Amino acid sequence: MIYQGKKKIWADYQKEIPDNHWFYVRSCIRQNFFPGAEKMFLEICKGLLKKDFYETEHHTTCGGIAYHCDTIPQETVMTIVARQFALMTEAGYENYVASCITSFGNYIEILETWKEFPELETRIREMLWKACRREFNKPKYVAHASDLIYKYRNEIAARAKYRLVNRHTGEPLRVVEHIGCHYAKMFPARGIGGAEYPYVLCGMIESWGGNVIDYPERRHCCGYGFRQYHVKANRGYSLSNTYKKFESMEPYHPDFILTNCPGCPYFMDRWQYVIAETEGKTYGENGFGIPVLTYEELASLVLGYAPWDIGLQLHQVAVEPLLDKIGIEYDPAKKYKGLDEKELMKPELPGVLRCC
Amino acid sequence: MDFGFRISPSSAVNLDNVDLEKFEELHRIEPDVYKCMACGSCSATCPAARFSGMSLRKVILALQRGKEKEALAMMKNCMLCGKCTMVCPRGINTRHLILSICRIYKEETK
Repeated sequence: MIYQGKKKIWADYQKEIPDNHWFYVRSCIRQNFFPGAEKMFLEICKGLLKKDFYETEHHTTCGGIAYHCDTIPQETVMTIVARQFALMTEAGYENYVASCITSFGNYIEILETWKEFPELETRIREMLWKACRREFNKPKYVAHASDLIYKYRNEIAARAKYRLVNRHTGEPLRVVEHIGCHYAKMFPARGIGGAEYPYVLCGMIESWGGNVIDYPERRHCCGYGFRQYHVKANRGYSLSNTYKKFESMEPYHPDFILTNCPGCPYFMDRWQYVIAETEGKTYGENGFGIPVLTYEELASLVLGYAPWDIGLQLHQVAVEPLLDKIGIEYDPAKKYKGLDEKELMKPELPGVLRCC
Repeated sequence: MDFGFRISPSSAVNLDNVDLEKFEELHRIEPDVYKCMACGSCSATCPAARFSGMSLRKVILALQRGKEKEALAMMKNCMLCGKCTMVCPRGINTRHLILSICRIYKEETK
């Protein structure tokens, strides 16, 4: 191996991320899947680290979900994105951060397309003006929200209440990281570490005391794949991909899975239930599944936020074994109690997958 | 529980477990079999393809993957008309190739 050559290639995949002043856009689906994640991102960045993050109630979906489901053309997505950029321009910001991996990939794809075909950008500007009388500047920097938590990882580690260490054995927790496909597979130079060795989640895990586990299907898709899931006739294909991933990671006995995409945690979490019901197979210890967390949830856990306040009761796979390993205190009686002790009602327990 | 969908069976072919002795013998007799670039011209012109599923392109691929039964079931529909030989852009004598396949794999064709 020529070390200098490797070092140069690696340097191409590093990002100089601005430290402050961000225009934040949410994902269109994460609020329904893991509603605590985005709230905690803003709580950590704005409330704890005192950074300037601005979000507006006027922003919409980026259109990426329909684009990747083959239901709308790219010009439509571009006009939606142009409107988002117009909102950023009106708010006086230049750095744009997206909560969703597909949005991030979508913005990068559109900016790269405009670079190659400037006449298309002119057309989209015209279409936006005709549609809603808005104009926009292109953002100086587009980041994914996990890039920022990666950037702030050491500040979070310095304030951490818990480390990713098994309190019974004293060993670091074994963590599988899963990066959303649209993060760096389309434009490797826009992701920290590129497409083959993305470091964005590994950096967090290492800073917070865990061990990253490598396994053969590490870069395989989670199975969501948009049109693979949304078209019911293809849904078995989506499930089969997730099954392939779990079969591959099973021999390495991970303690949990960390993800940075809206779809990945959802499908890796919920498909474990479906695999258990159809195949009778579970992947965690003692009949449990392998917990799947978003990076915001993990950051909140190590910072000491209460598990039920960050929405961990909405996971299909029970997180209690993981909380016990880390030593995080929780009250099982409060799992299904909302704000003001309001009863949220207990879900029906599955037949095969052990949930609590 | 029936969700209306299920895990698809794996379509992976483990070539380490495939006995390719007969295919190597075919290659010795018909070196042109390696010239095939799977363009599908033979299948597109095959008069038997429309009603029987015969495809020489698929036959060659199946033999390379050790799926002999699948290949020979298709071969039974060949009428030896020779149209595929006329259209092959690589100039493979496909009619001769089909006869050689039948000779080498004859045990299974009975």
